Amino acid sequence: MTTTTTTTTETTATAPAPPAVDGAHQVRRRRRLSPGERLPATRITGPLLVLALWAAASAAGQLDPGAVPAPWTVVETGIRLWTEGTLTDDVLTSLQRAGAGFAIGLTAGIVLALAAGLSRVGEALIDGSVQLNRAVPTLGLIPLFILWLGIGETFKIAIIAIVVYIPIYLNTHAALSGIDHRFVELAEVQGLSRSAFVRQVVVPGALPGFFVGLRLGVTGSWLGLVVLEQINATSGLGYMMFQAQNYGQTDVILVGLVVYGLFGLVSDTAVRAIERRVLSWRRTLSS
Amino acid sequence: MAPHTEQLTRPAVRLRGLTRSFEGRTVLDGIDLDLPEGQFTALLGHSGSGKSTLLRAIAGIDHGVAGSGTLTAPERVSVVFQDSRLLPWRRVLPNVLLGLDGKDAEERGRAALAEVGLGGRERAWPSELSGGEQQRAALARSLVREPELLLADEPFGALDALTRIKMHALLRQLWERHRPSVLLVTHDVDEAIVLADRVLVLEDGRIALDLTIDRDGPHAHGEYRTRLLKALGVSEDAP
Repeated sequence: MTTTTTTTTETTATAPAPPAVDGAHQVRRRRRLSPGERLPATRITGPLLVLALWAAASAAGQLDPGAVPAPWTVVETGIRLWTEGTLTDDVLTSLQRAGAGFAIGLTAGIVLALAAGLSRVGEALIDGSVQLNRAVPTLGLIPLFILWLGIGETFKIAIIAIVVYIPIYLNTHAALSGIDHRFVELAEVQGLSRSAFVRQVVVPGALPGFFVGLRLGVTGSWLGLVVLEQINATSGLGYMMFQAQNYGQTDVILVGLVVYGLFGLVSDTAVRAIERRVLSWRRTLSS
Repeated sequence: MAPHTEQLTRPAVRLRGLTRSFEGRTVLDGIDLDLPEGQFTALLGHSGSGKSTLLRAIAGIDHGVAGSGTLTAPERVSVVFQDSRLLPWRRVLPNVLLGLDGKDAEERGRAALAEVGLGGRERAWPSELSGGEQQRAALARSLVREPELLLADEPFGALDALTRIKMHALLRQLWERHRPSVLLVTHDVDEAIVLADRVLVLEDGRIALDLTIDRDGPHAHGEYRTRLLKALGVSEDAP
């Protein structure tokens, strides 16, 4: 009989080997190669450390306040801009632009992907055109769109919509055309109508791909917003930061960056939460 | 010409000169076959012998396959595949009810699940079921439609040996209760003898052997086995 008692006590190099029982070796645990158990609050530790270093360096007078203002200066500036109402106005303007562009891009992406994914005629008409559109960097269209639509809100919303619709279309269309052929066969055997097939097999099957596109689209809408507001705007968060650059107000620029960061963080968290709810059937696979 | 004597049981499935070919290669070569109503038939053959092609032709899902011949099959046909084909985004009961509507559908679905031994698992996700349970759910999905013809394409091929034995008993029991015509495609000679009343061997696109299994007669399992293996060109002795 082999003994399989594990030993967890540290044995020093000089300690005699444990006596073998009936000629069998005592099992010693192997050296662990994986990183081991997770530390608590891992995700927040790094950012907090950076913040602490920043605050300490500012307090010690090691940082030029003109280049890197102290964290509390940024907070004070943020509060001042908010209570004066300028920050609120700029944030609302930016949110409206991003929201309108995103809504249009989302709708266009879904409609086009469904049309191209569900009919061969739709595929022939749409897919090639979108692939061409995708090859042209959307931000490169800005000069043309300014000439077409003027420098107002319409052109900004149009550019954001294009930035958003492309990843949503591409991922949803790929998911639609990648639906397992076995499920199509099953739907035929079960006598599903075309609309029931779309509702019960195609759409749920394409949702994981759609969510990949949605998250890329959300990120894209913020990226488009930042670029548009910093080059051709007279209002909005990007404009506020652009003005601050002219007057050397680093603290205002940092406030703008913090707000952009919050936009990105909140929207991504929201999309993830929706995804978790809608794709709850997937959790059983990954857990 | 003398009139044909009327058959006692009219055929559920009738094939005449059924031919199917893929890219010029003939897979089914003019098959004539009648499957009487309520008969449990097994179709044996090597892989590539065309048995799945035949099943898919009867199921009407062989789109884009070239062929000729006539084929009649009942209105209500269910298919069980080798994989359970449960939609992973639907719970078990909605999976069973796929393509079924009507007021009593849910009740019938629950009854079908109870019949295959999955009562109480209606709200489970397919991924939470074992392989055998998934195949039971697939059986429930095909039964709930009260098929006149049940087509099964190697339904137990992916199951472990012990689960397979249980599923054999279940399928036979369900057949005895509902009496659909069954066409079971398999490459397992023993499975065919244990389950079916008639075993067909498909070789090179033709029916090479049509064997009736007398379940109550004196014939031994081994006798059928030897004949079927011979028709399949398999020797039981090690080379």
